[in-house]
Parts: sequence; C-alpha cells; structure tokens
Amino acid sequence: MSKIHVTTTVNGDTVEFLADPRETLLDCLRDRLGLTGSKEGCGTGDCGACSVMLDGRLVSSCLVLGVEAEGKTVDTIEGMARGDDLHPLQRKFIEHAALQCGFCTPGILVAAKALLDQNPDPSESEVRYWLAGNLCRCTGYDKIVNAVMDAAAEMRGAA
Amino acid sequence: MHYHTPATFEDAVKIAAACGGVTRFLAGGTDVLVQMRAGAVIPDDLIDLKHIPGVRDITRTPEGGWRIGIAVAGAELGAHDALCRDWPGVVEGMELVGSTQVQGRATLVGNLCNGSPAADSVPGLVAAGATVTVTGVNGSREVPVAEIPAGPGRTVLQPGEVISAISLPPRGENGGDAYLRFIPRTEMDIAVVGCAVNLRLDGDTISEARVALGAVAPTVITVQAAADAIIGTTLDDAALEALADAARAAATPISDKRGTAEFRTHVSGVMAQRVARLAYTRAKGAGK
Repeated sequence: MSKIHVTTTVNGDTVEFLADPRETLLDCLRDRLGLTGSKEGCGTGDCGACSVMLDGRLVSSCLVLGVEAEGKTVDTIEGMARGDDLHPLQRKFIEHAALQCGFCTPGILVAAKALLDQNPDPSESEVRYWLAGNLCRCTGYDKIVNAVMDAAAEMRGAA
Repeated sequence: MHYHTPATFEDAVKIAAACGGVTRFLAGGTDVLVQMRAGAVIPDDLIDLKHIPGVRDITRTPEGGWRIGIAVAGAELGAHDALCRDWPGVVEGMELVGSTQVQGRATLVGNLCNGSPAADSVPGLVAAGATVTVTGVNGSREVPVAEIPAGPGRTVLQPGEVISAISLPPRGENGGDAYLRFIPRTEMDIAVVGCAVNLRLDGDTISEARVALGAVAPTVITVQAAADAIIGTTLDDAALEALADAARAAATPISDKRGTAEFRTHVSGVMAQRVARLAYTRAKGAGK
C-alpha cells in the first residue's frame, strides 16, 4: 500500500509526513512526528487521552485519519506551554495535584483549554459535562475540576 | 486501502460503483474508524466526502427550511443560533451523541447511516419530517429520514448510494419540538428509550403532531396513534394519559443490559409525556 504525502500545520509549524491511509492522526503525531504527548487510551473515542484541536475544534485524534489532516491546523499538548512558561492550566494542575499517573493529563489539558477559550467563566457543571469524555482512573476528577475552575479564575484575573 | 477525496457526490458514487470490494464513505468518522480499528469493517476503498463543496454548510432554503451538509458536526449545529431556534429538538438530540470530542466530528447523517435503533439524533429528525437526498449513479432522490433505517445496523441505501444532504422543513408558526432520552447516568451513554415530539398549536390546541420513539423497536418508529392522542387537545391530563398509552402500545423493545422490555415499555410512556410537555411549552413560547 502506497503512503500518502500529508502537509499540515502542527502547533504553528508546517510539517510533512508520509501516512498509510489507515493510520490515525494520533499514530501520525506519535510515530511520524515524534509528538508523544497525545496518548492512546482506548483507540475508540471513549477516553479522551488523544484529544487535540483540529481546525479549532476539539476532537479525538484516534478518530481522525492522518491523511485527513492535509491542509489543516492541529494543536496538541506540546504547543500549550510557551517555552518554560507553563499555561495557567498546567500550573494549576500541578498546584492542585490534579494528576497521578498522568496518562490522561495531556488530553484533559487540551480539552479544558478548548472550554476556557470559548467560555472563560464556566460553572462546575459545565466543566464536568465538557470533560465527560476524558476518563481518569486515578484522581476521582474533583482535583481536575478544581484545577480547571482555579485556572479559569486566574485567567479572568479574578483569582 | 485506497483513500479517495472526490470533489462531487457524482464522482463519489462513481468511485463507489467502480470499486469491487468493501467501500465506506467517510464524513465524521466516529463510527467508521471505530469499525476499522475493531476489524469489523476493513474497507478496500474509503471515500472521504469532506472535500466536496458545501458539505460543511448550514443554509436556509428559499422555502424557509434548512439544508444541512453531511459533514456538519454536532458542535457546529449547536453553535448555529437560528437553526437552534427553529429546531431545538433536532439539535438537542444530536448534541447527546458522545463526548465533546465526538461532537467535534460526529454528523447527523453518520448517526442515521450507522443504523442504531437507539441513535439519539434520529427521532428528532423523524418527528421534524426531515428528508435526505440519496445520490446514486442514476441520480438523486429525496427520501424521508423515517424510511432510511431498515433494522439494527442496516439502512435501505443500496451499495454505491450515498446521502448527499439532509433537509429540514420550514418551522412555520407556533411550532415546537423536543427530544429526551432515558439513560441511567447523566452523560455519555446510549439511550434506553428516546422520544421526540414535534407539534404545532392553534391557540392552545395542538393542530399537528408527530411522535417518534427510539430504542424500543428494530428501528426508530413513528407513532401515529400517539400523535392522534394529542392532536385536537390542549395536552390536558386525559390527552397525556392517552399519549402514554399509545407510546407503550407501540413499543416492542428487547431486553438487554441497558433495560428490560417491560421497563422500556413503561419508560416509553413517561418519556412521551415529558417530551410532549416540553415541545408544547416551546410552541407556546414561539407564538409570543
């Protein structure tokens, strides 16, 4: 099976890779581009560990083919910090101990950022519903929700 | 697997017709990619429809209805204020499908073509009287959404046929629609029973109604007797009781891990009443 040449923008950089048409965007990010922050939990769109932004829309990268990324804009966890400056969500996750094993964390951070970008002042309920597709087997979610709420407050300048 | 990106639906069906093996059309991919991964369906040819102009558009028709492209994701429906005003029941059904991430990709037509009797977006479309454009090598035809499902995982579409658009009729005056489902948790689950009601009022009296039930038969069903039970009434207690009776009588569910047949039958009546009240309230609001 011949591979297809894909040109796309990942975290602001133009990148190219060769993809088997059956490969998911997640596989391409991890195996072709070395961006291993996005994780594969289930591979069937249930767990959210592979969450990325595709043309500004939150998606599971395991449910997108790599070849579908042609000409699109992809934003992953690797693009969230600015150099050594962590995004407020990342700092608050550390502060609140909102992770244990950390496997779900990149996906939750990407998903939470997508929420705060469109709703800077979500209620706790809104945070919980928005993140319903991001599974965490360690924390019991309370610390994650607290961290997102606190980050939102800081980003609004209300903390 | 060959990956195709046709620029028109005519080309898409030509490719499908020329392919000898297993063919799948790709829009949101939230079912197709899962089936591919599970090994349930390994397409020889995958035809990505998202390069066809207009498939991401929601447009008002000259008659005042809506034409929705086949690749419009649930999140995009929910963000469309005018469509949400006209058909809140259709939109809220679609928005119940999957997580935020799935909403970024999953489509109405995909939910329909996946063929699940429990598909959350289908009862709302059926109650609204939505139609789809079915395109094949010999041209296109309009088909009511209600006629597309043929059974669990099956549709009436023939090999090589594809749905190229979905259309909602003009909302018109004093109308309201709604969809609710019963699930044992609050989010991220599959309907045990789903119900959609679309109705129109003349003053306080229901002049038109359509009731659809999901997850209680091999396909989503239209329940004419349930509509008849509330047409000509003000949705008083007697009408609501007759509505529940008709919904229960129409339900022919199976028992599975999500609920027994007896429970599903009972809940069909409960959901029909709740959804009818919600649609009625919306229709009253729309009339002001």
